[in-house]
Amino acid sequence: MEVKEANNRKIKMQLQCPMPQLDFDIITLGHGSGGTLTHNLLNSGVFDILKNDYLDQHHDGAFLQLKNPVAFSTDSFVITPVFFPGGNIGELAVNGTLNDLAMCGAVPRYLSLSFIIEEGLTMQEFWDILVSIKFACEEANVKVVTGDTKVVERGKGDKIFVNTSGIGEVHSKAKIAAANVIAGDKIIVSGHVATHGVAIMSVREGLVFETQLESDTCNLAPSVNNLLDLFGEDIHFLRDPTRGGVATVLNELAKESGFGIDLSQNLIPLSEQVEGACEMLGLDPLYVANEGIYITVVKEQIAEEVIKVLQASEVGKNATMIGTVSKEHPKQVILTSSIGGRRMLNMLTGEQLPRIC
Amino acid sequence: MKYLTEYRDPVLAAQYLDEIKKTVTKPWTIMEVCGGQTHSLVKYGLLQMLPKEITMVHGPGCPVCVTPTHLIDRAIYLAKQNNVIMCSFGDMLRVPGSEKSLLQAKAEGADVRILYSPLEAVKLAQQNPDKEVVFFAVGFETTAPANALSVIQAHQLGLKNYSIIASHVLVPPAMEALLSDPETVVQAFLAAGHVCTIMGNSEYYPIVEKYKVPIVVTGFEPIDLLHGILMVVRQLEKSEYKMENQYARVVRERGNVPAQEAITEIFEISNRMWRGMDVIPQSGLEVKEKYALFDATKKFNVPLKETKENETCIAGAIMKGLKKPLDCANFGTLCKPSHPLGAPMVSSEGSCATYYHFYSAINEAEKAEV
Repeated sequence: MEVKEANNRKIKMQLQCPMPQLDFDIITLGHGSGGTLTHNLLNSGVFDILKNDYLDQHHDGAFLQLKNPVAFSTDSFVITPVFFPGGNIGELAVNGTLNDLAMCGAVPRYLSLSFIIEEGLTMQEFWDILVSIKFACEEANVKVVTGDTKVVERGKGDKIFVNTSGIGEVHSKAKIAAANVIAGDKIIVSGHVATHGVAIMSVREGLVFETQLESDTCNLAPSVNNLLDLFGEDIHFLRDPTRGGVATVLNELAKESGFGIDLSQNLIPLSEQVEGACEMLGLDPLYVANEGIYITVVKEQIAEEVIKVLQASEVGKNATMIGTVSKEHPKQVILTSSIGGRRMLNMLTGEQLPRIC
Repeated sequence: MKYLTEYRDPVLAAQYLDEIKKTVTKPWTIMEVCGGQTHSLVKYGLLQMLPKEITMVHGPGCPVCVTPTHLIDRAIYLAKQNNVIMCSFGDMLRVPGSEKSLLQAKAEGADVRILYSPLEAVKLAQQNPDKEVVFFAVGFETTAPANALSVIQAHQLGLKNYSIIASHVLVPPAMEALLSDPETVVQAFLAAGHVCTIMGNSEYYPIVEKYKVPIVVTGFEPIDLLHGILMVVRQLEKSEYKMENQYARVVRERGNVPAQEAITEIFEISNRMWRGMDVIPQSGLEVKEKYALFDATKKFNVPLKETKENETCIAGAIMKGLKKPLDCANFGTLCKPSHPLGAPMVSSEGSCATYYHFYSAINEAEKAEV
């Protein structure tokens, strides 16, 4: 997303949802006690801002009714910094779980939302996070139906941790499983690789680029849903390459499907800034975490059509075919380098640590 | 990306490979000195693209790999003290000491921080006057200037709470040690481009003369490496031995003089223990007596037990080019990046880790077909 557009959106959000007048400006242990302060916090606007029929019942949980088979997923978010170029932990937590559901071939419907707050978080920061959650949910047409808020002592957390769980209805044409993948299938990535991870790392390391690098976090469900509408069972596999990056997802796929995977380095879509930052930081973009892209493995015959459809959308405008599923070298991912040499692409071991020189 | 894509060009690579194939008539064993070069050779799949006459052996040029265990133990001991912030380059963290790594010490509560520059550590020392900030100053001649600069800066700022554990090693003495080993198989070197960027080329002329061995200062991109290999092979085939500079776009004959001055201001040359290779005379840098206040090994009294190395690890033979990672019985079984028995399995520039990540049975099969 363009920086200007993102800023405009943020200003619009703040104007639409100004923080209410409160008699406290930082969150303390008492706000997680379950007593009066907790009620003050929740009634200060948390319930208002996420308002819906389910939350309004103030029950211990939510009663839900769904027509179709259900997908269920959960994810926790511990990102540092909490506010980063292109977003914050709130919308990341919503999009993260929506995307996990989308990768199951499901249309997201309901979310749970839990906060673990380190005392000392300002109410303004919490409010900004809530506002971005509200907008992310509205845009995705999902509802937060239950939740929890805990506060821990200073030093026992890192500002705020967020957990979301989500329920979605499985698309009637979806048949997503590594077991459906066959030799000849094409591997498509929906956009530039490593953008989110490098944006976060460059903030942490204080790197400055000519233009600011922003996280691409977004809700991928509409894009996936569209592919399923159009191509149904010919979409064999979906996965969002978050932690461990593209290399890890493809290794998982190779092991689960029993097939080999051939990748081509030259086809991996990378923005120039990300490529430069990875060179400087000594990181391999294939292992860097992503938030705004997904990998799909599709029947060979529809691959080009899928790419056309993706490229016509904002989310998929940089979609590229990066490789092929193969009968050769079962369970291994083999990368053809930019100069034509071939080598194994392994799973990430531990944390990717910057190199010395 | 400008200045990179040109050096990763497949057409040019094919031309160089073709030229190497035309030139080579006999088997040759060439050592690339630097771990960064090993990394590129394997990452770009170059090893199996080379004609079978050429054997690349991987040199000792991974600075974290050759950092002696007792210094890692010392860093871990200091990191565990309450008032210490231990700072280090990222890939030093996973290297096992006698009992654990800095990463494990961090998990156990030690304040260990990954930095990109020692000058960030000086800043940390300014910001935390009640803490002792120690920088684990690891590296070859490449990182020595910045580490020296951090001491100069701390000295100018009058900081009393900044010190370094200097673990600097020098490349030319290690090359000499390898060449004077009667078992050596190395017939030519690709010298480390980054090191020469700082130090220039002058140190290599005497080595070329004394051991009658071709040395080509080489860069790190695939085209650099292929060009360097071609230059070396041309010399070998003609029974020549010269110092040549493939990496002339970066390396100047005299190197970076202000950087050299920073090094000589702070450090003096000393004998140095290389992990897996024993003591090499005059092969390290230590902080001069004048700056002893900034030398963590003198500033803090660290009670150290005897260091322990894994007895089955063949890191030494690998770093001397006598063995390859795949020759080790522990490779990929008992020894993996997640559980390294020796240092070359740790850093992404260590040859064992490089092989583990990038090399597989297909590479071996393809090599056989060439």
